[in-house]
Amino acid sequence: MHPAPSVIVFTTLSGLGFGLLFWLALGLPDVTGWVAFVFFAIAYALAVGGLMASTFHLGHPERAMKAFTQWRSSWLSREGLCAVGALLAMAVYGAALVFLEMRLATVGLIGAILCVGTVFTTSMIYAQLKTVPRWNTPLTPLLFLSLSLAGGALLAGQAIIALVLLPVAAAAQVAWWFRGDKALAESGTNLATATGLGNIGSVRAFEPPHTGTNYLLREFVHVVGRKHAAKLRMIALAFGFTAPFVLLLVPFSHFVALIAVASHLAGIAASRWLFFAEAEHVVGLYYGKR
Amino acid sequence: MTTLPEKTQRKMGLVIDLDTCVGCHACVVSCKGWNTENYGAPLSDQDPYGGDPSGTFLNRVHSYEVKPLAESAAAQLIHFPKSCLHCEDAPCVTVCPTGASYKRVEDGIVLVNESNCIGCGLCAWACPYGAREMDAAEGVMKKCTLCVDRIYNENLPEEDRVPACVRTCPAGARHFGDLGDPESDVSKLVEERGGMDLMPEQGTKPVNKYLPPRPKDQVMAASEAEIDILAPLLAPVAEEPKGFIGWLDKALEKI
Repeated sequence: MHPAPSVIVFTTLSGLGFGLLFWLALGLPDVTGWVAFVFFAIAYALAVGGLMASTFHLGHPERAMKAFTQWRSSWLSREGLCAVGALLAMAVYGAALVFLEMRLATVGLIGAILCVGTVFTTSMIYAQLKTVPRWNTPLTPLLFLSLSLAGGALLAGQAIIALVLLPVAAAAQVAWWFRGDKALAESGTNLATATGLGNIGSVRAFEPPHTGTNYLLREFVHVVGRKHAAKLRMIALAFGFTAPFVLLLVPFSHFVALIAVASHLAGIAASRWLFFAEAEHVVGLYYGKR
Repeated sequence: MTTLPEKTQRKMGLVIDLDTCVGCHACVVSCKGWNTENYGAPLSDQDPYGGDPSGTFLNRVHSYEVKPLAESAAAQLIHFPKSCLHCEDAPCVTVCPTGASYKRVEDGIVLVNESNCIGCGLCAWACPYGAREMDAAEGVMKKCTLCVDRIYNENLPEEDRVPACVRTCPAGARHFGDLGDPESDVSKLVEERGGMDLMPEQGTKPVNKYLPPRPKDQVMAASEAEIDILAPLLAPVAEEPKGFIGWLDKALEKI
């Protein structure tokens, strides 16, 4: 799959933003006034910034409102509704904390559920796709949720929770990679089933239908990004999980916390790049590619 | 509405004969020609006369080499036209967030309402066959409409009320009809020739069927080939001459 920068930025930042909102909604940390304002500003910048970035890859962003209508069948539509619901609930909850120094626990709880729902529905957009065997697994929502909650806890300064969740997320990440490397072969889809010619003999793509490139090859057959996959995985593990974990054990200072968060973001961005670049769409089989 | 209809009244679709397709790409050209100037946004090209041309097509012809399992058999080249299969369980429809993608109850055709399409591309991600292409100029998703603006079009002569690809195919490799009716010509053809689904394991239940290539004649291995296969053609037509010609032949031999 083509690793579109807008989608990588969106899923990375908004995942972190909704993770932070989740912990704020539960009163972790229990802040009010200006401190709460700063926390909420960061969370909204990440979550809303990510959502804005996601509209850049649309062909017609001006019609985006129509995407709220098909929640009965579409995970993308459900994601939009959850995100807007979470942002509205958390705006009320946050405003009460900042301006009235009052904690509306019920609103917070609703907001927390919607935040988790947003991350879950985002992950299901990918996990539902049978056409991309690497994504088509319950491990995908597990990965997105654990990353979001771990990153959110890190950002919220919840050292103990982060120290527990970072290894959980790292384990989910490694398990996801391990399964993903075998996913296409185990999906049962190959050039023989794609063409239905497998019972005659071995099938080989002889001539493509066009001499140039096209939308399908640009969007679904992205091989260049996989070149440094092994190195990028190590970078993702080292920056995304190991470094923040170690930095959490160091005595707290805002500077160390900033380094930990920046390192985590860089690591998750690398992981998200691989999420797309390594994913093989079965349409590539028709072109003899993967 | 992007939920799928439980049942469609008819299942209009194509049957593509891989045995007779000659790979001429006429269907590709006629499809582009009809669909770029009729239903919906035109099918744009980018840099068509430059160094890196690309464009939107709703039908494309791949070519595959198949090496039979038997060592002695020769490899076959099979031309393979591919367009939307108008699946019964179309995954492209249910993922659409705006309701732009839909499957018609009356004939099962999968269409895009372009004025509702936000160009998110998720339907193309969900399609295993590469049947949907985002138009780079219009930013909306394009796909085969089964020439919905031809097949019911009473302004066209009756013989033209079939998809452009079917109408143009010089080899008669493309057939159009109701695959939901077991008595239709296309259904009988599928039954007779063992028509197949592409990627059945994806669970999309495609309406379009492909007819597999018929087995090819085999060249006998040298050990089996006692008789020269060309012998009947090389055998002398005239036996020993008789009568006057026989006498003349002998007389001339003696000189």
